[in-house]
Amino acid sequence: MDLDIDTVRTARTRADCVLRPGEVFLGGGTFLYSEPVPAGVTGLVDLTGMGWEPWSVDGSGLRVAGTCTLEELVSGPGALGTDTGGPYRALGIVGQCVAALTLSAKVARTATVGGNLALGLPAGSMVGLFAALSARAVVWTPDGGSREVAVSDLVTRAGVVELARGEVIREIRVTATVLRQRTAFRRVSLTTAGRTAAMVTGCRAGDGVALVLTASVPVPHVLLVRANDHDGLDRRLGWITGLGDGAWYEDTHGSREWRAAMTRRLAHEALDELGDV
Amino acid sequence: MRIDGTEATAEPRPGQCLRTYLREQGATAVKKGCDAGDCGACTVLLDGAPVQSCLVPAHRAADAEVVTAAGLGRFGPGGDPDADPEALHPVQRAFVEAAAFQCGFCTAGLVCTVAGTPPPVGELKGNLCRCTGYRSIRDALAGRVNTEVAEPGQAFGRAVVAPAAARVVSGREAYTLDEPAPPGLLHVAVLGSPHPHARIIRIDATAARRAPGVHLVLTHHDVPDTLYSTARHENRLDDPDDTRMLDPVLRFVGQRVAVAVAETPRQARAALALVDVEYETLPAVFDPEAARQPGAPLIHPGRTPDEHRVADASRNVVAQLHEEYAEPGHGGVDAALAASAATVEGTWTTDRVNHVALETHGARAWLSPGPSAGAEQPVLHVRTSTQVPFLVRDELARLLDLPEERVRVVAGRVGGGFGGKQELLVEDVVALAALRTGRPVQWELSREQQFTMVPCRHPMRIGVRAGADADGHLTALAIDVLADTGAYGNHAPGVLFHGVHESMAVYRAPNKRVDAESVYTNNVPSGAFRGYGLGQVQFAIEGAIDELAARLGIDPVEMRRRNVIRPGDPFVVGRPVDGDLEYGSYGLDQCLDLVEEALAREPSPVEPPPAVEPVETWLHGEWSVGTGVALAMIATIPPRGHFTHARVTVGADGDFVVDVGTAEFGNGTTTVHAQIAATELGVPVDRVRVRSSDTATAGYDTGAFGSAGSVVAGLAVQRAAQSLKTTLDSLSAGHLSGRTDAIAQIASTQLAGVWAEATHDGSPRSVAFNVHGFRVAVHRGTGEVRILRSVHAADAGVVINPEQLRGQIDGGVGQALGSAMTERMVVRDGVVVTRTLRHYRMPQLSDVPVTEVLFADTVDRLGPRGAKSMSEAPYNPVAPALANAIADATGVRPRDLPIQRDRLWELLGATSDR
Repeated sequence: MDLDIDTVRTARTRADCVLRPGEVFLGGGTFLYSEPVPAGVTGLVDLTGMGWEPWSVDGSGLRVAGTCTLEELVSGPGALGTDTGGPYRALGIVGQCVAALTLSAKVARTATVGGNLALGLPAGSMVGLFAALSARAVVWTPDGGSREVAVSDLVTRAGVVELARGEVIREIRVTATVLRQRTAFRRVSLTTAGRTAAMVTGCRAGDGVALVLTASVPVPHVLLVRANDHDGLDRRLGWITGLGDGAWYEDTHGSREWRAAMTRRLAHEALDELGDV
Repeated sequence: MRIDGTEATAEPRPGQCLRTYLREQGATAVKKGCDAGDCGACTVLLDGAPVQSCLVPAHRAADAEVVTAAGLGRFGPGGDPDADPEALHPVQRAFVEAAAFQCGFCTAGLVCTVAGTPPPVGELKGNLCRCTGYRSIRDALAGRVNTEVAEPGQAFGRAVVAPAAARVVSGREAYTLDEPAPPGLLHVAVLGSPHPHARIIRIDATAARRAPGVHLVLTHHDVPDTLYSTARHENRLDDPDDTRMLDPVLRFVGQRVAVAVAETPRQARAALALVDVEYETLPAVFDPEAARQPGAPLIHPGRTPDEHRVADASRNVVAQLHEEYAEPGHGGVDAALAASAATVEGTWTTDRVNHVALETHGARAWLSPGPSAGAEQPVLHVRTSTQVPFLVRDELARLLDLPEERVRVVAGRVGGGFGGKQELLVEDVVALAALRTGRPVQWELSREQQFTMVPCRHPMRIGVRAGADADGHLTALAIDVLADTGAYGNHAPGVLFHGVHESMAVYRAPNKRVDAESVYTNNVPSGAFRGYGLGQVQFAIEGAIDELAARLGIDPVEMRRRNVIRPGDPFVVGRPVDGDLEYGSYGLDQCLDLVEEALAREPSPVEPPPAVEPVETWLHGEWSVGTGVALAMIATIPPRGHFTHARVTVGADGDFVVDVGTAEFGNGTTTVHAQIAATELGVPVDRVRVRSSDTATAGYDTGAFGSAGSVVAGLAVQRAAQSLKTTLDSLSAGHLSGRTDAIAQIASTQLAGVWAEATHDGSPRSVAFNVHGFRVAVHRGTGEVRILRSVHAADAGVVINPEQLRGQIDGGVGQALGSAMTERMVVRDGVVVTRTLRHYRMPQLSDVPVTEVLFADTVDRLGPRGAKSMSEAPYNPVAPALANAIADATGVRPRDLPIQRDRLWELLGATSDR
């Protein structure tokens, strides 16, 4: 929809990425343009003008730019992923993670990885994807520097991320070691293609499995359990429930109780899948 | 930017999206369904790839090549730039031949999506259609041809193409706001109430009136004080007078507080922020049961039955019905239940549902010299998205104190209605603003306003008590209905009385009782919705009948056979109905047989299977399977008069022009009227042009509601065409008598301007029937329901257009599956939480299985050539059939809609044990 703002600047250089009063960053824009802008927002700085290479792989691992579109993510790194092995085996869940979003291919053409992460929505599946891959986000700070944060630590509450005003998600990094691991994906929603109500992503690491819960919880939970240790998984899930009323997320896309139960089903399925072969 | 081959040089505004930019450049094939990336109606090809243009920042597309539905044939994939400008793309031709649209508002976006997506196109995630139930769209994708060309005079009963098809699929058909913007067009923005119940103590619009671009700001001090109802009926006294254009008392969150009219929508929105309002908040009530208890806040105190048609304002009751009837020799419901072999007592509920017509409400008003020469007073034109142009005209004239001849209301093609456009919701504002400013004025609602400002379906709580003897014959049937009409009583009496009417009348029981009340609350108002109350009440009654059958060990279809009315039986609700309802035909018995037989056999090989993997690969373990059926009856015409007028004229080019006042909103009446006229006149259907829904060119018509378009307006068209044929035959008797092509031969040269007319008063009325059957699999561990078979039998009399009728049924089933399984407007303390389509869950293609549609073989003695209406009705039996199938599968009966996965899981008491 039309946004009631006064200026749009297309960023071409790092210096352009310094926000002026009233400005916010524009990634793909597929969320920003879907709702009226919050009061006080008068201008946009379009990051897609930075011309960042969408993604690259080398011996150190995978880098995905904040402005990489979801389509580019699927057709690039997603296409490298396999079910059966190889150096990019872990990327086999990329396509499923993008499909988990309610958006269509038409919107995936514009929506960006950084934008999805920066929204911090419980059902934002890029969080679940990259947290399962133990990814770290490189964040540009307004002073011209940068810092790193684990993707699993990025979301601090539903819809809120640990980014200060003026900070930009420059890129996401996944190590080459992780890229070789086996990964698993499960999700459920009230309708086949509806908003994800519970999502479990997992990654095998040695004797252990990292399971990441999103959508059914306000912030991602990373559960480290031994392979095939279903009792251990239940204890971890019980610990979450023990956190109290807000432990499981509830919105119009599913009740708290159902989401907790579905998460448990999915988590055990994922643990099964990532067990001994 | 190049748009359909033409260079556009205008600079986009900061923050402008591609959708509005394109429309401002005249590319009105680009529709607005949601403006939030959820529906796909605005899809265009951007440098060859489909995108939802409402989400694309226009500044990024400055150097892009854009192709809309209007340019798809020439500039789309495989297109020929030198072809005729109206050439269709193969995808567009497939949509025409499959009849893959009804209102067609989503179609321009759909064809762009399909044309720009490499095969396989898949499940079209990102394109919503509210009318078709997606079956015909699947057919278009598969290249199936569902339409045919009829010989001259043979169009009735044939699957002819809708006359507007080529224009619809290419985005050229003008919907409400698709005509070029008139010079000086002003835009409306409206401030909504932040409180569910409040009084405006002080309101000061001084600063807003001085804001840039602002031409007018209206508060309750500035508008007529006339009471009215937004609901529109033939008789305006059907609805309570409880509404003001702008009221100092606010009764729901979102109610109009002030109106700003400015040169741009943004300026109008900005002006609203400068309106200074002081509110006194009042106690609010949101639960209809609490609202009718002593001590509840009174929402319309002082309104009376005589003056305002509010039944009991001291209890917040707008409308009520309390009746009991026992046939001679019977002692009433309580006594009968006490003596019954089996009884059932339970409570069912239905939730708030939104119509989600893809075209939002919107209207334009302007002043122009009168149509008659020498008229001194200008005529107020209103072009609006309405099902009822004449009723809007009449009430606008009353509200604005204008003579009817100074108000002209026109509906273009309407982008879906489903009852939601049987209201006066935006027309009063644009009309008054045009009168005050002298400028053309437009108001286009946002999708969010469709959820928060305009009426939804009535949520209801229905208690049922039913009893039967050991043979399964009903001994008593009693219902206790509580409807939440929200803050205003528009359609409250009609929905309540209709809701309990055919639903009760379809069953024979010697003892019946109806208690029904529709109650004000501080929720968003409820209004007319497809089925008009029947779907809610039938959900409950069909559940109770099913349960009774189960208790008695009687097959559910057989239980219904033993208890439904048959020709000759009186119609009894809470007492015998005297009136003009008749058995013009009767096909309920056939419908029950058809569904029973279809459920018993394997799917027909021509039907594509539902889009799930083969059953044997997943159907085990925690899955349970069951079948369920439900029935519904509906009167073919609304009660108490539905008037229409049709005129058929020989045009200057020798073709025939049908002028009729009813509106086309995807119901297909334009096709039907052309078929009827062409058949009577003995000409090809493409020689008939239908001009509809213009109060200046057509005779009076009550409107397109109550499924009246085919049987009321259609009958008038038939009579007028018959009459014209007789005239033409006698005029031409000398030269061409006995030749079937007589009209074709001479009309163009000698008979232009000859016309005939006819009227119909909508009485007497017949009854139509629908039966739905499901076979479902229910997953006990997750609450997931998969539909394995869906079968629908309809008794529509003689079928006028089999493909179009099948489409209506598919669409009704699809819409009903939404309200049965997934759709729900979540409202907390009067605040609508579900404000966007992505949070509302209307069905996508992947949510709707293909339904096997069957027709009863009946001939109605009242309808045109034996036809009956069939527009609302298919919706009604779907939810109860689904609930009955789930109950059969699991032994647990869902009584609350929607049957969402999480709620069903909870109901089944499932655990997460592995």
